Amino acid sequence: MNNTDIKRITPKNITDKEFFYGHKACAGCGGSLAVRLALKVLGERTFAVLPAGCMSAVGFIYPQMAFVNNAIISTFPGAASMASGISVGARALGLKDYKTVVFAGDGGTADIGIQALSGAIDRNEDIIYVCYDNEAYMNTGIQKSGLTPYGTKTTTTPAGKNIHGAQTFKKNLFEIMAAHEIAYAATASVGYPQDYIDKINKAKHTKGTSFIHVYATCPTGWGIPTEIAIQIAKEAVDSGLFYLAEYQNRNFKLNKNPKSFFPVKDYLLKQSRFKHLTDNDIKIIEQQRDEKWEYMRKHWN
Amino acid sequence: MSKKLFISGDEAVAIGTKLSRPNVISAYPITPQTVTVERLSEMVESGELKAEYMHVESEHSAMSAAMGVSAVGARAFTATSSQGLLYMAEGLHYASGGRYPIVMMNANRSLALPWSIYGDQRDSLSLLDSGWIQVYVEDAQEALDMIIQAYKIAENKDVLTPFMVNLDGFVLTHTYELVEIPEQEKVDKFLPPFQTPNKMSFEEPKNMAFSTTPADNLEYKYQQNRAMLNSIDVINDVDKEFGDKFDRYYGGMVQEYRCDDADVVIFTLGSITGTVRMIVDKLRDEGKKVGLLKIRYMRPFPEKEIIKLAGKVKAIGVVEKDISFGYEGTVYTNVNSALSKLDNAPLSLDFLCGMGGRDVSKSDIYNMFISLFKAVNGEKQKRVQFINMGVETDE
Ligand SMILES: Cc1ncc(C[n+]2csc(CCOP(=O)(O)OP(=O)(O)O)c2C)c(N)n1
Ligand code: SF4
Ligand SMILES: [Mg+2]
Repeated sequence: MNNTDIKRITPKNITDKEFFYGHKACAGCGGSLAVRLALKVLGERTFAVLPAGCMSAVGFIYPQMAFVNNAIISTFPGAASMASGISVGARALGLKDYKTVVFAGDGGTADIGIQALSGAIDRNEDIIYVCYDNEAYMNTGIQKSGLTPYGTKTTTTPAGKNIHGAQTFKKNLFEIMAAHEIAYAATASVGYPQDYIDKINKAKHTKGTSFIHVYATCPTGWGIPTEIAIQIAKEAVDSGLFYLAEYQNRNFKLNKNPKSFFPVKDYLLKQSRFKHLTDNDIKIIEQQRDEKWEYMRKHWN
Repeated sequence: MSKKLFISGDEAVAIGTKLSRPNVISAYPITPQTVTVERLSEMVESGELKAEYMHVESEHSAMSAAMGVSAVGARAFTATSSQGLLYMAEGLHYASGGRYPIVMMNANRSLALPWSIYGDQRDSLSLLDSGWIQVYVEDAQEALDMIIQAYKIAENKDVLTPFMVNLDGFVLTHTYELVEIPEQEKVDKFLPPFQTPNKMSFEEPKNMAFSTTPADNLEYKYQQNRAMLNSIDVINDVDKEFGDKFDRYYGGMVQEYRCDDADVVIFTLGSITGTVRMIVDKLRDEGKKVGLLKIRYMRPFPEKEIIKLAGKVKAIGVVEKDISFGYEGTVYTNVNSALSKLDNAPLSLDFLCGMGGRDVSKSDIYNMFISLFKAVNGEKQKRVQFINMGVETDE
């Protein structure tokens, strides 16, 4: 379907119906907002699959079930394959007009679940895979994942005199997905909800596999007050440490290309996970950001 | 009219699967299961089998996809062996806890290390506690028939438990025999389409596979155990119904052979049964009172049947292609747990053999019976015996 044919969902016409409530997520949780908004776009004829991780942990505590639509917890590595089975099984039974969506964390996606996800994209399964990225294994107590940024203090990358937190950079998850020549891939942030909603809507109208990588604040794991949860998710994009982009038909597109960046330092030092960073650490982070943007500006659009 | 085909065990499983009309097959290749998934792929290609074939990227995903299929109320099939079975171990417990009646063929094969593609039963026996019904078949005919029965038993509303059909790698998967192919119409009457309350639907949305607190968990495990115990009656009923329709009865939980007045009985699992049956005949011709008990199901365990038989005999030998390191064979441990419920249990010996595909000859079996008779006559025998070892040991 041509992207312009899709009826836009905006704050004016978005449904009042709630599909994810009564859960036990912390106040200000970006992941739960990503799930809530996506389901409003996808509607009740949706099967949601959630691997082990915060969103499944807070949403399915018997007898308090938080999803109005069909939802199921998968094994930690098996979200994409269980969603594939649901999508294919429903088709085999002759079901029409339904969606299958995964909501998985950064660890469940970029680390332990990447094999099953790669397989699902290879088969071009008719599923939407949403990775809510809170940049660590939160459910198990803030350990480092493949999407934890450089310098982050986690419980397995302590910030000490010798090592200042995580020593690796975020995996290029979006580009790894695009390298599969996936039907549709995008990055988003809960700080830019309209952009996120548009992308979920586009995924809804895409045949085959869609992937959306949404930046999702975690006040508990990042050490920030809940009231700045959305602001932080905006600043991550504005500072250039996260970016909004899309991939379709072998084309990359930057949705937001700021002339100047919000100061990295101001974004980082609000969060206790980055409080220990030295000027030199921040220089390394900025340098990495600049290289990335140089590449994106040259090759995308 | 049903017809007969000269086919391998793997092919028999493929045909049994086709006749059971699964909606989706998700599988990953591994020797010696491969022929089964190749045949199924061909059947899907030709349109002979109206099912979706999912080319999953691993066994973990094969099981994960099968659970997704079952969770929307569709019939799922998968097949694996050895390393693949262990790779999906997380999913095995998950599927039984979720009460998804998936049917899986497992080609029994040794586990690395050392690497070996040949048969033994350490793969499935190491997963006895995963909550799957486990049947072990003796030949290709039984393999075909048990796939059909498996769906009927697993999908029974009082059971809703996944089902593993085990057949010995190579000895069964790759040897050819004449197999009677049931007619599709008759199978359709025997096995109606899958219906389950345990599914997600748009009429009745559900949140499935949830978490529990310590306040609720044990009750789920109790129910799961009850379901497995319920399957015993269902297994026996289905065996009878299948026999009435297709003229082949397997005896349900176990199959006895010449046990009526036997003093010494050997218990078997899988394809070795045929060899033991021949030796029983030979010894009977020599006037020795011997018999054979083919254990068909390891889970649920045929405790009642074993106790009933054991009360009448003097010695039991367990032949198994398995060892639980640091103790004894797992089948033997299970049999002895049943024997412990008798006031005067017969003596028992454990014969560990056939591991990694090692041959078990007729004379090996003959010698096991001799050892059992010696034990009955008071001559001391090793309780756990490694059969057909290639080297001398200092024991
Ligand atoms: C096979 C397996 N390994 C480890 C775990 C433990 N585990 C459960 S959730 C989790 C972390 C999830 O992190 P992420 O995917 O980023 O989601 P988040 O909790 O941050 O929302 C881990 C390590 C598990 N459940 N299964
Ligand atoms: S720990 Fe973080 S991701 Fe988990 S529920 Fe709380 S805010 Fe959300
Ligand atoms: Mg995370």
